Amino acid sequence: MPVPILKQGDTLIASIVAALSDDDLLTFRDDLAQKIGSVRARGVVIDVTALDVLDSFATRTLRGIAYTAKLRGAETVIVGIQPEVAYTLVQLGLTLDGVPTALDLEEGLALLAKRRAAR
Amino acid sequence: MTADVKIQIEREIDIIAARQAGRQLAGKLGFSSTDQTLIATAISEVARNILIYAHHGEIVVGAIEDGPRTGIQVIANDEGPGIENVELALRDGYSTKNSLGLGLPGARRLMDDFALASEVGRGTRVTMKKWRR
Ligand SMILES: Nc1ncnc2c1ncn2[C@@H]1O[C@H](COP(=O)(O)OP(=O)(O)O)[C@@H](O)[C@H]1O
Ligand SMILES: [Mg+2]
Repeated sequence: MPVPILKQGDTLIASIVAALSDDDLLTFRDDLAQKIGSVRARGVVIDVTALDVLDSFATRTLRGIAYTAKLRGAETVIVGIQPEVAYTLVQLGLTLDGVPTALDLEEGLALLAKRRAAR
Repeated sequence: MTADVKIQIEREIDIIAARQAGRQLAGKLGFSSTDQTLIATAISEVARNILIYAHHGEIVVGAIEDGPRTGIQVIANDEGPGIENVELALRDGYSTKNSLGLGLPGARRLMDDFALASEVGRGTRVTMKKWRR
């Protein structure tokens, strides 16, 4: 199941709607890197509200996606990490290594706007 | 007693099926939604290890009892290459695949009991338990 990528102003918004396969995630990464260029996006919001499990593999992949986007010139914010998932990540010893996070889509967009204003 | 659920792990979607089976049983047994997530995530880690390192194997989830305590047991079993140094494999950050190396030590932290038995050339078995609070 591909991840739909929506454009809002100079920001791309992608909601991960279900447990994704590795192939889906890799396709998403490539689509995103492509689309950042074609629409000249400056920011990306990845919404993971629907994910009930984030294991070490998925977290590492998300981090990779955020770094790829950054190398293409777009700052990525991950939003919607559920409370149980957040707690589990801490127990696992996982971090998002500098990838900014926000509570929800609205906060994520606000964070991107603030960062852009500060640049 | 609820019957054990066995999930063959051969493809990626089997990982999702295994963690859903674990979450479902944990829910039925009255685990909190946080504990359900911890259990599902631990299953995800060991199921992925089966797929990556052994290519196929199985996950069995079942209810367990110990006196008044109710719990869930997860067994991940494969006949893959086995682990040479089990102690090392349980260390944070140790990985032979250059990945995060947090699967086994992380799953151990997520569960109450964790046992890893492995023999090179024979396979690997992870047995994990969590007790309902
Ligand atoms: N089922 C298995 N069969 C063989 N080797 C395994 C298995 N599970 C784990 N291992 C070994 O233990 C190491 C640590 O596993 P883990 O903590 O999950 O980290 P990672 O998968 O990121 O390497 C792996 O790199 C691998 O060498
Ligand atoms: Mg692993």
